[in-house]
Amino acid sequence: MPAFLSADLLIQGSYLLTAFLFIMGLKRMSSPVTARSGIVWAGAGMLLATLVTFLYPDMTNYPLIIAAIVVGSAVAWWSGKRVAMTDMPQMIALYNGMGGGAAAAIAAVELYRGGDHGLVTMVLAVAGGLIGAVSFSGSLIAFGKLQGLIKRSFRFSGQQIFNLLLLVVALALGGMVALHLNASPAIVTAFFAAALLLGITMTLPIGGADMPVVISLYNALTGLAVAFEGFVLGNAAMIIAGTVVGSAGTLLTQLMARAMNRSLGNVLFSGFGESGGGAAGEVTGSMKSIEASDVGVMMAFASKVIIIPGYGMAVAQAQHKVWELTQLLVDRGVTVKFAIHPVAGRMPGHMNVLLAEAGVPYDLIADLDEINAEFETADVALVIGANDVVNPVARNDKSSPIYGMPILNADKAKNCIVVKRGQGAGFSGIENALFYLDNTRMLYGDGQKAVAELIAAVKAIG
Amino acid sequence: MTGIVALYIFMLAAFTGYEVIAKVPVILHTPLMSGSNFVHGIVLVGAMVALGTADTTLEKTIGFIGVLLAAGNAVGGYVVTERMLEMFKSSGANKGGRSKGAH
Repeated sequence: MPAFLSADLLIQGSYLLTAFLFIMGLKRMSSPVTARSGIVWAGAGMLLATLVTFLYPDMTNYPLIIAAIVVGSAVAWWSGKRVAMTDMPQMIALYNGMGGGAAAAIAAVELYRGGDHGLVTMVLAVAGGLIGAVSFSGSLIAFGKLQGLIKRSFRFSGQQIFNLLLLVVALALGGMVALHLNASPAIVTAFFAAALLLGITMTLPIGGADMPVVISLYNALTGLAVAFEGFVLGNAAMIIAGTVVGSAGTLLTQLMARAMNRSLGNVLFSGFGESGGGAAGEVTGSMKSIEASDVGVMMAFASKVIIIPGYGMAVAQAQHKVWELTQLLVDRGVTVKFAIHPVAGRMPGHMNVLLAEAGVPYDLIADLDEINAEFETADVALVIGANDVVNPVARNDKSSPIYGMPILNADKAKNCIVVKRGQGAGFSGIENALFYLDNTRMLYGDGQKAVAELIAAVKAIG
Repeated sequence: MTGIVALYIFMLAAFTGYEVIAKVPVILHTPLMSGSNFVHGIVLVGAMVALGTADTTLEKTIGFIGVLLAAGNAVGGYVVTERMLEMFKSSGANKGGRSKGAH
């Protein structure tokens, strides 16, 4: 090999190219037109970086490395291919936790080895280990909660103080290791044990509805941990990719929290997500039901229909039927649009994924800011599987826990039809004032069955 | 790599991440979170080096787990992101593509 083409140059040059591909890939992923190619670009970068790393000087244990890559990849490939779109958020949590665990493992190898590192390197190794371990165990809990494996929210009095103490213990142990005061294996082990426990106790009390924000936060934290371990290993690709994810993830987390009208501190430390706010102000009036055939006529002769889908629609697997209904109406000359609340589904953008799965083109889908002014000109607003995001009490009832959350103005449409299984309250347990309005009619039944009846009703008109 | 150069990289990368995401429409939040989740799968190269330089059984065991987890992060992140993004189509593209639903 000629002198100017050393292995080191090849490795560093490839890492540079990888960083470029990652950034361009993320950039392309931020527009629906180019998004598909974005992940392919980033994937090419990952493949390149992985291959050249085998050329690293002074490496051994190649059989172990290859075995771990093959097993890890195979399991992830298999699980990623067969997960349902509705379960996507917890799958992201799981893969993210694995990344955090890997960052913690790098830190653990360095710390157990007790190499002769400078202070800054040691501090970063410990910090990356702490963050990675918290992200690992926290993400696993988030996965367990969304998957329904963990049903309770474990709360006890003094929980915040307990978590704070745990953090102090972890920091103290990490400080001892970083400052070379006592880096014995026992102390390193205790440090990681405290960090893992902290991730668990931090995440357990957070309710299911807030989980997406937490997953996004852990995603950003894993990025940061990867960047820190990149410093320790002198690996520029890890520093750049980790930091880009860290800052992008932080911004995404803020956007999500804002869309839910919550602050990040509120999500992490209040535990609202599941307990609900209890009874808000009294709602007057009564719910009035309607038959599918009447709704079919109403929609078939409307000039504009706005559909508001919620997670309930996806659970009932009704999205394909909804798209079929939409096509029927469009063929009759009705303007149909989908209105998506920022937190529809389990996380921002999740509903778009679920509608895309059913084949709904993304240019029929409008978000809250675009569509809210249009409800006044709509003949029918069809609410299917959504609840809190169309609750007018968020606008005017200061005592309600969802007061101030931006909502879709379904109540402003000439007619509002709510497809609902029964008369109970929604996910948050808050009574929905929309259901009692004079222009609202309830279409009771399972989402999929109800929409099938609507399709039959529209077809019957001919 | 000197410490100060690493700090410059850190700062510039942080701005880059912010700028890349800043103008993203809500509809892409979930795929993008998944995509950035894939990108930090680059931890795989670090885990490979950690395992490749491990000596004791303890180091090798932890390194092995690290590579295993990192490979899962990278591959799983890629597969689910690709599956989600594959489905985004405009109505123009949709007409020529697969026909949907029972007409």
